[in-house]
Amino acid sequence: MSDPSQEWPLWEVFVRGKGGLSHRHVGSVHAADAQMALAHARDTYTRRMEGVSLWVLPSAEITASDPGEADALFAPAEDKVYRHPTFYTIPDHIKHI
Amino acid sequence: MHALATHALRLGDDALILGQRLSEWCGHAPALEIDLSLANIALDCVGQATHFLALAGALEGQGRDADRLAFHRDVMDFTNCLLVEQPNGDFAQTIARQFFFAHYQHLLFERMQAVQDERFAAIAAKAVKETAYHAKLAGEWVIRLGDGTEESRARMERGLDWMWRFTGELFAMDEIDSAAIDAGAGVDKAALHPLWDARIGAVLAEAGLAPPAPHRPVLGGRIGRHSEHLGHLISDMQFLQRAYPGATW
Repeated sequence: MSDPSQEWPLWEVFVRGKGGLSHRHVGSVHAADAQMALAHARDTYTRRMEGVSLWVLPSAEITASDPGEADALFAPAEDKVYRHPTFYTIPDHIKHI
Repeated sequence: MHALATHALRLGDDALILGQRLSEWCGHAPALEIDLSLANIALDCVGQATHFLALAGALEGQGRDADRLAFHRDVMDFTNCLLVEQPNGDFAQTIARQFFFAHYQHLLFERMQAVQDERFAAIAAKAVKETAYHAKLAGEWVIRLGDGTEESRARMERGLDWMWRFTGELFAMDEIDSAAIDAGAGVDKAALHPLWDARIGAVLAEAGLAPPAPHRPVLGGRIGRHSEHLGHLISDMQFLQRAYPGATW
């Protein structure tokens, strides 16, 4: 490949599968601007009727958590199963929960 | 041949030859994402060609299906316009061809989806959405390249200049077009020309590009008089059926 600094920036792509669902991260594309990123996302990730709406955002705009801090961030939740609403008995006739 | 069959054949040949041309980019485009963009447009075109050629075969009534028409005719029997057979050149030249043709096709199908003949109207109604996207994508690239670097602008201008002389043929009318209109299956293409000029002009203005100077239209594709480029394309496209007649998979 050519000089990496000459390549188009990376954009993250999110697709809404159908009305009512939230946008899900599906991958990334290279593009010089937002319109091009949308076009590339459309041509790369919605070729097989995967979605009804697209979001793209510059990958550089994402702030990620530090993997080195994973224990401090996520381990404390491990022993708090009571936070899952699994201790209730759901009546049979309740369908959508 | 039945005038309506020829009408369908022309529409099918335009789409087929452009689809084949665009697919030459597959694996060679400037970026992976553009590879997919161009292949997607190529597949839309081949889809349109399949419908129109199947219709042409049915109207002709000689038992030829879409594949037979695509893979078992010689160069002089193809009725596509000269624009779609022009070589890809660089990416800007390909975009220039796509820009001119997609806007023409979009205007054409916008009207054809309302014609009386339901067979033509149905194909146009499906294709009009595809061509709307092709025109948008190509237009964005014209603006990006025209309004980009010195080199991208020079290449875009060269591409537009190369393709320009073949655009007049898109709107030329002959007795087949008149017969198609009389039969409720055709569109007055001459009337589309000023609308096309306006749409093309608006994008070129945004790109900071001057419209190419007027040029006497180069004609002949509709009656089988093609540039030297088409024979090479066809020998590629028909290689398998010529080497292994009747092969299927």
